[in-house]
Amino acid sequence: MTQVATSPETYAAQFARFKQGAVFSGPLASLRDDAFLCFDRLGFPTTRLEDWRFTNVAPIAETPFLAQTESVDYTRAALDGLNLPRIGGPELVFVNGLFNPGLSSTAGLPAGVRVRSLAAVLADEPEAVTPHLGRLARVEGQAFTALNTAFVRDGAVVEVPAGVVAQVPIQLQFVTSSGVAPVLSLPRVLVLAGADSQVTVVESHTGTAATPYLSNAVTEVSVGDNAVVDHYSVVREADVAFRVGSLHAHLGRASNFSSHTITLGGAIVRNEAQVVLGGEGGVCTLNGLYLANDRQLVDNQTTIDHAQPHCDSHELYKGILAGRSRGVFNGKIIVRLDAQKTDAKQSNKALLLSEDAQITSKPQLEIFADDVKCTHGATVGQLDSESLFYLRSRGLSKEQARQLLVHAFAADLLRHIRVAEVRAQLDDQLLERLPVGDVGL
Amino acid sequence: MLEVRDLHAKAGDRQILKGINLTVNAGEVHAIMGPNGSGKSTLAGVLAGRDGLEVTAGSVTYKGLDLLDLEPEERAREGLFLAFQYPVEIPGVNNAYLLKAGLNEVRKHRGEPELDAMDFMTLIRDRMKLLEMDDTLLNRPVNDGFSGGEKKRNEIFQLAVLEPALALLDETDSGLDIDALKTVAGGVNAMRSPERAMVVVTHYQRLLNYIVPDFVHVLSNGRIVKSGGKELALELEEKGYGWIETEPAAAV
Repeated sequence: MTQVATSPETYAAQFARFKQGAVFSGPLASLRDDAFLCFDRLGFPTTRLEDWRFTNVAPIAETPFLAQTESVDYTRAALDGLNLPRIGGPELVFVNGLFNPGLSSTAGLPAGVRVRSLAAVLADEPEAVTPHLGRLARVEGQAFTALNTAFVRDGAVVEVPAGVVAQVPIQLQFVTSSGVAPVLSLPRVLVLAGADSQVTVVESHTGTAATPYLSNAVTEVSVGDNAVVDHYSVVREADVAFRVGSLHAHLGRASNFSSHTITLGGAIVRNEAQVVLGGEGGVCTLNGLYLANDRQLVDNQTTIDHAQPHCDSHELYKGILAGRSRGVFNGKIIVRLDAQKTDAKQSNKALLLSEDAQITSKPQLEIFADDVKCTHGATVGQLDSESLFYLRSRGLSKEQARQLLVHAFAADLLRHIRVAEVRAQLDDQLLERLPVGDVGL
Repeated sequence: MLEVRDLHAKAGDRQILKGINLTVNAGEVHAIMGPNGSGKSTLAGVLAGRDGLEVTAGSVTYKGLDLLDLEPEERAREGLFLAFQYPVEIPGVNNAYLLKAGLNEVRKHRGEPELDAMDFMTLIRDRMKLLEMDDTLLNRPVNDGFSGGEKKRNEIFQLAVLEPALALLDETDSGLDIDALKTVAGGVNAMRSPERAMVVVTHYQRLLNYIVPDFVHVLSNGRIVKSGGKELALELEEKGYGWIETEPAAAV
């Protein structure tokens, strides 16, 4: 450990300072207070907790991250340099968790749809968000959600009124640029899709940093009756960075929610998804793709709660692990007593590209209804040597053949991504970020 | 074009090839016949560079190059093509994409410009007609869900697109009905030329009614025990392999 001249500010001290500021008082004060109490009591999770058994967040607990209170300068050129998918249309940019109006645009939003920064909504129209913030993302027992909620001050609010169809995807770019002190970035997203509405939201989480930062993100999505919400989260944090993010969705009657969580970068990445099928006839697609190399750790935790009858859920997670990387998948499906005629499918597949890569997979089914279909499967494999030979015998180099087969492994997931720009970016990134060199195949 | 000298090879601990000698010149079609386990597929595998086969003695010269020193893709780019006995199913890799990537690697190696999409499609359409291939096979994943006949047809289709100097056909006839066999043989015959050599490995004489070889070799227990013209295949058909195996090894 290196000696620091002045000891870094603890979260308690940061929170005390936050409480004295003008932003704190107002409608979210008690939410923040409760959340900080909760965080303070829980502390960061340890591997003694079942849900954290395989993910040691000691490096996060030991680093004195600093919640950001002032926006920093960020240029268009720097943003362009991050190679984010450029869809055009409405795009909100957040730097270190704080809204950057200069880089953002709401051009092309259909009438009625509102996309605003949380700070702006809290200042102008707090009643639009106070009933919803923290409603799906509960802080009890969830240290990271509590930490995000305690310091919540900015983020994105997407409101789609009943019956409105937003054709153009709404992009939310969260960029972290860590300076001297390790940055704590707290992206917060609230999506409220009214009945019969339709919207696509693309979150990108990325950063450039030589020093570690923590991006601790919380997204809450309320899907109204008969609404369609398509959600993407592309995580490409800096190699030294940590990310803990959670997605919470509640589905109304006959609604359709699909989510893709794609992880391409970060030292420790933990993605949690909790979906409640809260009305009859809801359909949920929960997909994930992750690519890890070196000593990266990618942990995906999902819970799909079938609370009502006649709902379908399709879950497919695929991991590509190279180097000494590790993957964790924990997929829980709950089928409540009333949730008859549930159709739940879960599949988790991992491709190990090296001898030292590891995957831990744990499907959990808790079924209380008796007339349901629930299937789950997990596979772990390596690149098929006969397929490699076949491709090489047609003139492709060993490296080309490997890339093609890895890409093929991810192909069915990529096909489900409906935003062409996101799909194209992943196509490139998948090939670009693949480890080169011989892994003894 | 191809000179195989005293080739010995092992698969795992088992010595499979025990001294193969074979000379193939441009324009010639050689048939290699033999019973199960005689080493036919091992020979094809060693020539194409399959993993898991270890050459313990001998040499293979191809177009003046030490073939055994080349990676499988380098052999392919030098114009060697293996039609697989069991074509591999590769879900997620588009058939046309693989062909285009392979063809462009071969062209790059020859110092030719890459084919653009238009020229590629023109070539593809022409070759598909030759093999009476269904259009839809082109945009499906490689061999994925293909019938046995479609897979073998796809192999010869690839051969026709890649236009190799030396084609090795490993039991391309196995499992084909007579119509598919005729189509596949028709495709192979259309590709015969004075610059191109072919080595046809087969268990059954039937294929040789349609692809008439210049030379027939009988492989038994890791050695070529008899060589002759096309009439040798007919003799084998009539008498079976038994009489060959009891004869002393013939000089090649």
